[in-house]
Amino acid sequence: MSALILTLREEPDQRLDLSGLVPEALEGLTAKAIARLPVHTTRRRLLVGDVFTLRMGEASSLRFEGGSVRFDLVGAGMSAGEIVVEGSVGQQAGRLMRGGRLHIRGGAGPFAASGLAGGVVEIDGNAGDRLGGPLAGEMAGMSGGVVVLRGDAGARAGDRMRRGLIIIEGRSGSDAGSRMIAGTLVLGGGVAGAPGALMRRGTIVLLQPDAPILPSFADCGLHRLVFARLLAAELTRLGCGLARRLGAPMRRFAGDLAALGKGEVLSVAA
Amino acid sequence: MRGLNVNGVAIDDSFAEAFDMRATALIITADSLAWARRAATSMTGFATSVIGCGCEAGIDRELGGGQTPDGRPGMRVLLFAVSTAELQGQLQNRVGQCVLTSAGSACYGDLEGEERLKLGAALRYFGDGWQISKKVGGRHHCRVPVMDSEFVCEATTGVTKAAVGGGNLLIMGADRKATLAAAEAAVAAIAAVPDAIMPFPGGIVRSGSKVGSKYKALPASTNHAYCPTLRGSVASALKHEIASVLEIVIDGLTPEAVASAMRAGIAAVTALGPDKGALRIGAGNYGGKLGRHHYHLRTLVP
Repeated sequence: MSALILTLREEPDQRLDLSGLVPEALEGLTAKAIARLPVHTTRRRLLVGDVFTLRMGEASSLRFEGGSVRFDLVGAGMSAGEIVVEGSVGQQAGRLMRGGRLHIRGGAGPFAASGLAGGVVEIDGNAGDRLGGPLAGEMAGMSGGVVVLRGDAGARAGDRMRRGLIIIEGRSGSDAGSRMIAGTLVLGGGVAGAPGALMRRGTIVLLQPDAPILPSFADCGLHRLVFARLLAAELTRLGCGLARRLGAPMRRFAGDLAALGKGEVLSVAA
Repeated sequence: MRGLNVNGVAIDDSFAEAFDMRATALIITADSLAWARRAATSMTGFATSVIGCGCEAGIDRELGGGQTPDGRPGMRVLLFAVSTAELQGQLQNRVGQCVLTSAGSACYGDLEGEERLKLGAALRYFGDGWQISKKVGGRHHCRVPVMDSEFVCEATTGVTKAAVGGGNLLIMGADRKATLAAAEAAVAAIAAVPDAIMPFPGGIVRSGSKVGSKYKALPASTNHAYCPTLRGSVASALKHEIASVLEIVIDGLTPEAVASAMRAGIAAVTALGPDKGALRIGAGNYGGKLGRHHYHLRTLVP
């Protein structure tokens, strides 16, 4: 069946809350009913029909034709189905998503995949700060699922991550994997600041040789780990070319010893 | 006993009586196939019969690098027991003593199923607090630091209640040499059948048993009706031309796997013919009252 397509009429004049436009919420609704759903975030009322033209199809496969940095909470809370955005999105895309697949063919704002619990978030462009991270006041970030970022990430990607997998193919901003509780963070490009600062458990894989390592990480030597092969197999399944680089021996640094110290940074040898 | 005759080999109008069992499957990998085989052989050692070993286990097949979770060569191993609790205990002891200890090994569950047995979830404590839990690709693995690097072990493996133990063929010949040749041909054919193992040495058991004994302490004793040296003394199932009997016992993850294995074995023995191999094929049963699965030989003839 064909996808349900929402085509952007023009750049919206306020930020939009698109968390209501997920497959499970639209299942069984008529075009009229969908067009009447609210998406405004200011006092000025704005409905789906005001912002998008609709072409009905299977609600399990949603497609946004055109994006905007004012598209907030795209795919938030989604538990099944697929959403594809032909464009960029604003903040908190895929926030608290539990399943399904969110594919953003442009860039994403801050807090993309925030608190992700399941499913796959794929971002073709760049992502803002705190990819997968918690909002202010929350104790943990991602608790499951997979994030594949083809471009660059802002600061503190994977902050307070507890489970799941984040793959950043481009460069990552300062302090990626800060305060990680567990989970796996693969950094394909260059890194800035101090990756893994205050991490308790979890794995950060640095695929750029000679990446900076915090002094509070202890060198555990050069290894070829079976785990790296399992991770490479998963990256291959996800269509990430980085998988090949996981075959190289990696230096294991245990840390952050300024925190619990049971985490690790695996860094490819130069 | 009237039966069929295929290529000069008589086939009894009889059936193999088999039982419901609990089973699981594992993949053991290592840096080379030889080391994966060493771990698998060790783990499935002393696992011929639930009567004395607690479980029945064997190697199902070799796996190339493309067929294992970590891309290294490996072996698929099947483990059968009469209860889930017994299977759990055997699994933990055997993987703990024979796979964890084997150089470069890793161990993964290879059976889906709602009900799970603990694998790495029990063995990880060997890591003394340094063990690492990793969920990758929807599967939960434990990384246990060991002296040659890390032992990677999936946290759990599935258990099936649909497994069948005790499928069998009795291969009867004029002398030991010819009978063994026929049995070996059957073993080679059955080895190619997926989801089935033959737990006895070389896949063959020469001491088939019956239930009970004149000695009260023994649960099983020699199957005197098929002992050629007792032919004149007991109500023998053997005629004068049979001087040697070997049994192949088959355990399978499904009733169909056991049937396929028996079919392959019968085909191999009949193809060999009576001159180089066996004169007669039979099957062991207990009158049909003990086991739920009856494999009638006439339905398995090629």
